[in-house]
Amino acid sequence: MNLTAENLWLTAAALATLCTMSFLYKDNPFYKFAEHLVVGVSAGYFTMLLIVTSLWPKLVDPLRDGNYWYIIPGLLGIMMYFRFSKSQSWVARYPIAIYIGIGTGLSLVVEFQARIIEQLNATIGIAATMKADSAAGALTTLDAINSLIILLGIVCGLAYFYFSKEHKGWFGGAASMGIWMLMVGFGASFGYTVMARISLFIQRVQFLGDWWQRLFA
Amino acid sequence: MKRQFPLILVFVLGVIMALVEFIPLDWAKDFKEFALDWTIIIGVFAMGLGIWSLIRVSADRISRRQENWGYSIVTLAGLAAMMAFSIYSWITAGLENAMSGYMFEHFFDHVMVPIQATMFSLLAFFIASAAYRAFRARSLLASLLLLAAVVVMLRVVYLGPISPPINVAADWIINVPNLAAKRAILIGVGLGIVATALKVILGIERAYLGRD
Amino acid sequence: MADAKRLSFNERLLKIDRRWIFLLLAMVVILVYLLDVTVPVYVTEEVRNIYERIEALKEGDVILLGLDYDPSTLAELNPMTFTVLKQCFHKKVKVIVTALHQNGPTLADQVLREATAIHEGGGGDKIVYGTDLVYLGYKPYPALVINSLGQDFHISFPADYYNTSIDSLPLTQRVHNLTDVNAIINISGTSATDYWISYGAAAYNVPLAIGVTGVMATDYYPYLQSGRVFGLMGGLKGAAEYEHLANNPGDAIQGMAMQMWAHLLIIFFIIIGNIGYLLSRRAQAKE
Repeated sequence: MNLTAENLWLTAAALATLCTMSFLYKDNPFYKFAEHLVVGVSAGYFTMLLIVTSLWPKLVDPLRDGNYWYIIPGLLGIMMYFRFSKSQSWVARYPIAIYIGIGTGLSLVVEFQARIIEQLNATIGIAATMKADSAAGALTTLDAINSLIILLGIVCGLAYFYFSKEHKGWFGGAASMGIWMLMVGFGASFGYTVMARISLFIQRVQFLGDWWQRLFA
Repeated sequence: MKRQFPLILVFVLGVIMALVEFIPLDWAKDFKEFALDWTIIIGVFAMGLGIWSLIRVSADRISRRQENWGYSIVTLAGLAAMMAFSIYSWITAGLENAMSGYMFEHFFDHVMVPIQATMFSLLAFFIASAAYRAFRARSLLASLLLLAAVVVMLRVVYLGPISPPINVAADWIINVPNLAAKRAILIGVGLGIVATALKVILGIERAYLGRD
Repeated sequence: MADAKRLSFNERLLKIDRRWIFLLLAMVVILVYLLDVTVPVYVTEEVRNIYERIEALKEGDVILLGLDYDPSTLAELNPMTFTVLKQCFHKKVKVIVTALHQNGPTLADQVLREATAIHEGGGGDKIVYGTDLVYLGYKPYPALVINSLGQDFHISFPADYYNTSIDSLPLTQRVHNLTDVNAIINISGTSATDYWISYGAAAYNVPLAIGVTGVMATDYYPYLQSGRVFGLMGGLKGAAEYEHLANNPGDAIQGMAMQMWAHLLIIFFIIIGNIGYLLSRRAQAKE
C-alpha cells in the first residue's frame, strides 16, 4: 500500500464518494454527514471567493487608491442586509431596484436580439435559402422536406404555446402538429440527459479506479 | 417613498440601459461602464445574503436542538474551516495565495469535488430507475417520445453495420424536429423574458419589492 | 410470501426493486471499466467545426475561454477543456480564461495548471503566464460580467485571479475586450451559456462555440442553425469526438464504452418495463 500524503487525501476523497453513494441503498448517517459537510465547505469556499476575488479588487483596492466614489456602491451593498430586519427591510429595496433596473434594461435589448430577432431571422432564412437553392438547381428533395418540416414545426410549436386562442379547427390542428414536434424534441433531450447522467457516474468509477491503482499498484 | 422611489429608480435605470444600447456616443458607453461597474459591486454583497441565511438557519437549528441538529454543526464547521484555511494563507502568503493554500485546495479537491460530483452521479441511477418505471408507451405521443429517445441513446452505442443508419436517424431527429421544437420554445421564452422585463420596468411587476 | 407467489409474470416485470436496477447498472459500468475496451467514435459536424476553426487560427491569435462549470459537471466538461487547451497551446494561440460559476474558479485554475504541465512535459514550448495565458477568474452575475467584457475587461476584472493588475500583463495590454478576440469558446454546465450567447456573442458580434452538458445540448441547436454559435460539443460524446479529432485520447474516449453498455442496459429496462405494462393492460382488458 502506498501511504503517501497525497494518497491519504485521495482515500479521504474516495471515502467521501462512497459515503455519498451509500444513499442508493437508503438514507443513512454517512450520507447525511457528507451532505451537510459539502454544504458548509461550499459556503466557506464561496465566501472567501467573493471576498478575495471580487470584494477586494472591486471595492477595497479602489478605495485604498483614493477613489472614494466607490463608498456609494459599498453602502448600497450593505443596505441589502436590511432585508433581515423586520422593521427596516424597506431599505434593501433601493439597491435591489438599482440592480433590477440595470439588469432588466439590458436584458430587454440583448434577449430580444438573440432569442427573437435572430431566431426569426434564421427561420425566415430557411425559406430564403430553399428559394435560392431551388433557383440554382441545388435543392435536393431531402433538404426541401427537412426545411419544410422545420418551418412548419416552428410555426406549429408557437401555435401550441399560444393560449389566447382556443385550440380548435385549423389552429387546433396546427397546435397538435406542434405537440408532436415538441414530443420528438423532448425525446431527443431525454436521450441526451440519460447520456449526461451516466457520464457523471462513469467519472466517479474512473476516479475510484485511479485511487485504487495509486494505493495498491 | 418606500415603494415609489424604488419603482422610479427601476423605470429610469431600465429605460436608460435599454436606450444606451442604441446610442453610439462616448457618454453612453461611459454610463454603461459605470452602471455595470457599480452593479457588480452591489451584486457581491447580494451574494453574501445566502451565506448569512445559511449561518442563521444552522445556528437556529443548533440552539433549538431541532431534529438532526448535530449535522448543522458539521455544516458550520465546514464553513469555518474553509474560511480559516483561506485567511491563514492570506495572512502568511498574501492575498494572491488566499485561494491556493495547501489545506484550502486539498479540502476543495478531496471534500467538495468528490461529494458534489458523486451527488450528481446518483442521478444516473435514478434516471435508470425512472426509465424503467415511467417510460411507458401509453399513447401515440408517448411512443413518439420514447422512440426519439431510444434512437438518440443508440447514437452512442456501436452496433457495427447498423450504426451508420442509426447515426443518420439520430442526426435527423436532433437537427430537424428537435431544432423546430426548441426554436419554438426559445422564441416563446424570449417573448416571455421581454414581456416580463417590460412589466418590471413599467412597475406592473413588483414582486421584487417584497411586502411592507 | 403468499403475496409474492400470487404475482403474475407481468406484475413481477413491473415490480423489480429499484436497488436491483442500481446494482446492475453499477456492475455493468465497473465491469466495462475493468475490461478497458474502446469503441469507435462517430464525429459530428458541429464538433468538427470547432476543431477546424481553432486549427485555422494563427500564432498570436486570441481565444477567450469561458469555463463556467463546477465539480458536479466536470465529468463531461473537463475532457473538453483539456483538449481545447492542448490544441490552443500547440497552435500557439493565446488564451484568456474566465470562470463564472461560483464553485468553479479553483477547478479552472487547476485545469489550467495541469494542461500547461502536460503541454510542457510533452515537449511543448513553455507557456508564459501573462503572455500566452491569462486567467481572469470569477465575478458574480455572469450576464452583467459578460456584457462588461464586451466593453472593457477592466470593468469586471481590474486584476486577474491572482490579484495581478491586468495592465501589467502583456496579453491584456493588447486585448481589451471581447471584440479584440478571435473567438469565444464557452464550456459550461449552467445558464451562463445563454448569457454568453445573448450578452456576449450577439451583443458584440463575436464568434462563439459552446461545450455543454448532455442535458443542455439539444437546446442549443437553434443557435447552431442560425449561425450565432459556430460549433457545439454536447456531453461526454461531444468531448470524445473532440478528443478523437485532436488525437488526444483521454477520459471521454475511455468513457464511451461504459456509456454504450449503460445505454444498452437502460434500453433493456425500458423494454421490459413496457412489456410488463402491455401484458398488464391486456390482462386487465380480458378481465
